[in-house]
Amino acid sequence: MNPISENLGFEPPKAVATAWVVDGAIDTRHGPILYMEDVSVSFDGFKALNNMSLYIDEGELRCLIGPNGAGKTTLMDVITGKTRPDSGSVFFGQTINLLKMDEPAIAQAGICRKFQKPSVFDALTVFENLELALKANKSTWHSLFFRLTTEQCDRINDVLLTIGLSGCSQQRAGILSHGQKQWLEIGMLLMQEPKVMLVDEPIAGMTHQEIERTAELLLSLQGKHSLVVVEHDMEFVRSIASKVTVLHEGTVLTEGTMDEVQNDPRVIQVYLGGSC
Amino acid sequence: MKLISLASQDKTTSALLTVLLLVSIFIPLCNLLTAADSPLHFSAYTVSLIGKYLTFALLGLSLDLVWGYCGILALGHGAFFALGGYAMGMYLMRQIGARGVYGDPLLPDFMVFLNWKELPWYWFGFNNFGFALLMVVLAPGVLAFRSRVTGVYLSIITQALTYALLLAFFRNEMGFGGNNGLTDFKDILGYNIQSETVRSMLLLLSGGALIVAFLVCRWIVSTKLGRVVTAIRDQESRVRFLGYRVEMFKLWIFVFAAMLAGVAGALYVPQVGIINPSEFSPLNSLEIVIWVAMGGRGTLYGAIVGAVLVNYSKTLLTGLLPDAWLFILGGLFIVVTLLLPDGIVGLLQRKLKGQMA
Ligand SMILES: Nc1ncnc2c1ncn2[C@@H]1O[C@H](COP(=O)(O)OP(=O)(O)O)[C@@H](O)[C@H]1O
Ligand SMILES: [Mg+2]
Repeated sequence: MNPISENLGFEPPKAVATAWVVDGAIDTRHGPILYMEDVSVSFDGFKALNNMSLYIDEGELRCLIGPNGAGKTTLMDVITGKTRPDSGSVFFGQTINLLKMDEPAIAQAGICRKFQKPSVFDALTVFENLELALKANKSTWHSLFFRLTTEQCDRINDVLLTIGLSGCSQQRAGILSHGQKQWLEIGMLLMQEPKVMLVDEPIAGMTHQEIERTAELLLSLQGKHSLVVVEHDMEFVRSIASKVTVLHEGTVLTEGTMDEVQNDPRVIQVYLGGSC
Repeated sequence: MKLISLASQDKTTSALLTVLLLVSIFIPLCNLLTAADSPLHFSAYTVSLIGKYLTFALLGLSLDLVWGYCGILALGHGAFFALGGYAMGMYLMRQIGARGVYGDPLLPDFMVFLNWKELPWYWFGFNNFGFALLMVVLAPGVLAFRSRVTGVYLSIITQALTYALLLAFFRNEMGFGGNNGLTDFKDILGYNIQSETVRSMLLLLSGGALIVAFLVCRWIVSTKLGRVVTAIRDQESRVRFLGYRVEMFKLWIFVFAAMLAGVAGALYVPQVGIINPSEFSPLNSLEIVIWVAMGGRGTLYGAIVGAVLVNYSKTLLTGLLPDAWLFILGGLFIVVTLLLPDGIVGLLQRKLKGQMA
């Protein structure tokens, strides 16, 4: 049973046009902005996701934790259209079936992602990286005749300030440190003004100070955006999360506050037992 | 105005444009103003040879746009050049009219020879210069559009495509003159195609087309579309997740470059006086890649320098050692890719920087 038929009592339209999305018609009247239900993904028989279900509310900041190989990155691949699940449903709001859309359409609809391995465009400057991400008409024709308006320019400068890269906006992204690349990619997320941000391991390679600023930034974003943050660092997760979901072997082990989760015997078993 | 500001952006560009302007204005002017025995007079052969180099430079430039900036290693780019050449050749054939060996007012000689009674439908319209020009860009453009530039196999597919065209154009039944191709042209727009004036004008036009194309390419890579394309070259999947339809951008660049190659072919044919199926040879397409790699990929001017230098060496060496050219080319290619990853232009720039420091 998918969320639409459950809530509205009729089947959703099969083909979902992107036009709905561009109009901002993301129906969140029933709470969650992102629904994943009974999603399974297998690679050569190995189940990376196993009947997993997850609901993300509008404006919430959710942390996903779980041992390596639990399926956290695969989950983001499914939501952003990179990997097609074998079964299950994934909806954006009540009406938008993400499984019928490709990567650009999902991104334009307002679900954006930071990759586990920082992926910025090394040959372009920091400024140009942000400009590419900027929310705008992204057709070939509009790109050819695109001109930054003053507001857009201000917006880029604001983001540069937020991510602490104002000083090197004209430098090539290739020469940034690992931590700075992570920040730049977070900045690219901000430029897209997404409804949902999927952030995969944002603090890898960051100094202690940078980690603190990342925590502050992510906290300041909740409410305006819905965030799903994957992170290994428990201290970091504790500092930002109100609600934590623990993944294990492709399925949700438990959900709750950090304290609840950390005292859950099954979680202790997974984290400590796994190493035996 | 915009083009002028683009032209004066950096020293290399201004230097290159100055040389191109000088060549394409000075040589025709000398030939028109001086007598045939004057030391400033260039032979018709030289004029057409330089004109030919300029069309190759345009061809190299168009490949650099797809390969250097978009990362699509097109190994069949010569096909677009040949198609543009054939479109121009068809116009030139129809200009011959009743002056052919067989004196048929409508049918080119090779059709009379094949005992054809009627002009094939696809030869209609080519008596009109405007229509022929339209076909010069449309035929390559449509072929590029249809070839759908996605997937890993593009290099191989484009190479296969040009080979298929080679075989097809060899066949007499295709109606493009078979093995011999199209030749024995008489005049263009009513002017004798052999005359020095027309040859000078063709050189001027080739230089002009190259300069304009260079500036337009320069502009394209300076727009946001250009940056998207560069981003696609480096991290294609990431661009998708920013909401760009990567296939559309690749297709746009590929089609545009194919059209430029078609224009180059159309300027080439009247200057060499013949177009035949060998222009579709896969080897030709590989040579274009070598020009660009040698000149310096992803710079635009590198492609121009590479095309002219390699072809100039080819002219020199095929005179001296006709059989050795392919080996020399292969050897040069290996040396350049191993020792000069940024091509000749990259080497020169490093030298210049070294001098300034
Ligand atoms: N493209 C793929 N092909 C084969 N196996 C994959 C692929 N992607 C992920 N996996 C496997 O799926 C499991 C989950 O991976 P992943 O989602 O990256 O885990 P996490 O991000 O939680 O560490 C791992 O065991 C991984 O080896
Ligand atoms: Mg992962």
